[in-house]
Amino acid sequence: MFDCRILRLIQDIVGETHVSTADSDRLCYSYDATQRRHRPDAVVWPADAEQISRLLKMANAEQIPVYPRGAGSGFTGGSLPIRGGLALVTTRLNSILRIDQENLIAEVEPGVVTEHLQQAVEALGLFYPPDPASLKFSTLGGNVAECAGGPRCVKYGVTKDYVLGLEVVLPQGEIIRTGGETMKGVVGYDLTKLLVGSEGTLGVITRIILKLLPLPEAKKTLLVLFDSIDGAAKAVAAIIGAKIIPSTLEFMDATTIDCVRRATDLGLPEAARALLIVEVDGDASTIEAQAGRILQIVAPLGVVDTRVAANAAESEALWQVRRSVSPSLRKINPDKFNEDICVPRSRLPEMIRIIEAISIRLHIPIINFGHAGDGNIHVNIMVDKAEPDQEQKAEQAIKEIFTATLRLGGTMSGEHGVGLTKAPYLPLELEPGAVACMKAIKQALDPNNILNPGKIFLEN
Amino acid sequence: MKTDIEKPRLKTLSDYRPQMAQCVKCGLCRAHCPVFAERGRETAVARGKITLAQALLDGDIGPDDKVAKSLSQCLLCGTCARHCPNQVPVDSVVLAARRELAAHRGRSLFGRGLAAVLRRPRLMQMLAFGVPRLASLLFRRVPRQSGLRLRFSTPLLSRQRSLPAFARKSFRRSHAEFIAGAPTRPVVALFTGCMINYIYPKVGEGALRALTAVGFHVVIPKDQGCCGLPALSAGDGDTARELAANNLRAFSRHDLAHIVTLCASCHSGMTRYFRDLGPAYEKLSERVTDIHSLLVDEGLETTLRDLPRPATAPGAALHLPCHLQHDARQAAAPGRLLDALAGIERVPMDKSEACCGLGGTFSLYHYPTSRRLGAIKAEAFRRSGAGRLVTACPGCIMQLQDSLDQAGLPQRACHVLELLGEALEEAHQPARTNSSDPTRAEKREL
Repeated sequence: MFDCRILRLIQDIVGETHVSTADSDRLCYSYDATQRRHRPDAVVWPADAEQISRLLKMANAEQIPVYPRGAGSGFTGGSLPIRGGLALVTTRLNSILRIDQENLIAEVEPGVVTEHLQQAVEALGLFYPPDPASLKFSTLGGNVAECAGGPRCVKYGVTKDYVLGLEVVLPQGEIIRTGGETMKGVVGYDLTKLLVGSEGTLGVITRIILKLLPLPEAKKTLLVLFDSIDGAAKAVAAIIGAKIIPSTLEFMDATTIDCVRRATDLGLPEAARALLIVEVDGDASTIEAQAGRILQIVAPLGVVDTRVAANAAESEALWQVRRSVSPSLRKINPDKFNEDICVPRSRLPEMIRIIEAISIRLHIPIINFGHAGDGNIHVNIMVDKAEPDQEQKAEQAIKEIFTATLRLGGTMSGEHGVGLTKAPYLPLELEPGAVACMKAIKQALDPNNILNPGKIFLEN
Repeated sequence: MKTDIEKPRLKTLSDYRPQMAQCVKCGLCRAHCPVFAERGRETAVARGKITLAQALLDGDIGPDDKVAKSLSQCLLCGTCARHCPNQVPVDSVVLAARRELAAHRGRSLFGRGLAAVLRRPRLMQMLAFGVPRLASLLFRRVPRQSGLRLRFSTPLLSRQRSLPAFARKSFRRSHAEFIAGAPTRPVVALFTGCMINYIYPKVGEGALRALTAVGFHVVIPKDQGCCGLPALSAGDGDTARELAANNLRAFSRHDLAHIVTLCASCHSGMTRYFRDLGPAYEKLSERVTDIHSLLVDEGLETTLRDLPRPATAPGAALHLPCHLQHDARQAAAPGRLLDALAGIERVPMDKSEACCGLGGTFSLYHYPTSRRLGAIKAEAFRRSGAGRLVTACPGCIMQLQDSLDQAGLPQRACHVLELLGEALEEAHQPARTNSSDPTRAEKREL
């Protein structure tokens, strides 16, 4: 716990009502979606970059760890205050500062909820594509810090492809701007790209300049059920091979379909062992033609059934299949280890089969679904931690899955980041030289190791 | 005929341990909680409250003022629970946690929080001017256990708040206990609820007309009482149990096809929370139905479509009460009836399903937040351009009317049953057309 002196220093910066050492606040800012708990000594809600700068200077002087936090919805513990100190919550910085329709950019503060920006730009006929599953509640600051993805990135790319510039408070309190408002810019190192996905270890983001696109006129949703995962994977390759890039290409494997079938009555036939939800967007006339072409392409690949949404309501019904996955999972086992490996899309069936083999050998259910278009698989290892050795088995499964992923030329995290939960596995993927380079950057910017210490790299 | 009634058993907070463990802190409740949207702090959102409730049980935190405040910041609208991927019954957990706190902190649940509020001079002034007048004006005829007392029993009842007048004669006193319907038709019981009985008897009149129009015999048990939701909301388990036992007794005397509620919150009180009290309560709750879906099932829409209506009726925007939204068919029914009313144009309104911000006792302890939520609603109504605001819950009417008044809007909020009642009455007595607009109910500024 902080002594009164430090609390007073913080109060002087943010005001009495915007810092709390109450047990209730310390508990309510101790978690994220990893289900781990680490209580901060205090929670602070600064109003602007200036206050954050002063807080970081104070933290350096007093050697207090600072943990930046948006909505606290991360899957890898990026915002968890594992060494106590300050939970620095950015949600008061929540203004959409401007939407520039001539230059197709938006400037926002980090606490803006992703969906709120999307609604604001879509009302003007513009489009901010990154769509992490958490978009209704996660913040853009968190999205940038983690480089969030989503189903649409098969066509539109991930968060880093939309960040043109940032205002950042560096760990020692200096406020800098990186990048800018232009589509081009090659002056100096690309600090913007360095900071996107740096998981709150290199700076606190206080302003974001984002690139926007024109909003596609229409979209069309198709659900295709296959008799094998190979059929689905070949379909993905064939669709893209035909020069059609759908806006989403989501897949569910047999274990997931079984799971949904048991939990709902969405009418998924027994013969379906894999499915794709395909969405195309663009001009109304183009997408009709594309949808027809996709149905032709997939037809010879072991298709059990296809459903094409005629309107928004029917599209919603098709997406319901995907949305019912998460609730149905917990009917299998209470605890979930949620990994998000990514392999080259052609290796997807091979990867699924490896995971199936691990699941059978270790006797633990593993449910796979995700973004087929970019080979990004959400691997859900379902265990009951109350049972002996289940957690250990899950950890073994994770290690084996990561090893296989890397062997196939993939990465152990497509979207969620390293944070706390994947830090032990970092050396599996990165060579020592690369880790040393990253640590040197961290050391140079944060010599006192004040900002989000203990994340990404394991420390002794 | 005093029969032995099964003693109601309220779940304790620890009974909810398994459901609380289902909360994985994903954060989706942040997208749906109306209170969180205003407060912006994790202690105001479902996953935070669940965390605090668990910590209370585990002894990781004491029943302190901050915990009490956090748990008081819930409208019980159930929006978070409805959207929760793991179906955590957050509202039930909050109620159990409030009882737990009341056990630790004495019966006046938010006593200390309240005391803190009392220290604020502006509110003290309201107390001085508001409460004595209120107490003498309003509560002479209201039983001690009525939810109205809980709703109105605090000094936070602002003098600025516009409140409906109490009826000169309560609904139950104005009617015989039994009203005959068509010979071969079943008997249904009317659960009047406190607000309709004491404040909005016209809603009850509308319900009677509609129920008899589809041929039901109607019984209005004289000894029925409050649904218990306000007591539950205040963490007062003893009162809630007493009320439940009384209602079980009152409604077990008759052979009933349905027990009909006219108030979305009463419906919630008599189903969602009532059924957990024991087998007899569960059995009774299975017969409880919201009047709107019952009327739809009984084909009232056809009757309504054939009724004559003046072509000049103002367009109506619909506010959907939270407590009807747990079931899609039930949620659709008020709108279907409204749409079937010949001559009333339905005007679309933004976020018609968003909470009005009353939340029973919530609006008393957190009136500024409640008022901001109401203001959002009033603004959506203004933008809709509708001539009146129709809903299906008297609690919502009170809050919506206050919100319209605060926004300086002249329109009235009313219950869809008032419109039904008027339409059916006119059809019955064609000579007396165009009687007073039911939406122009009297109100009094306090």
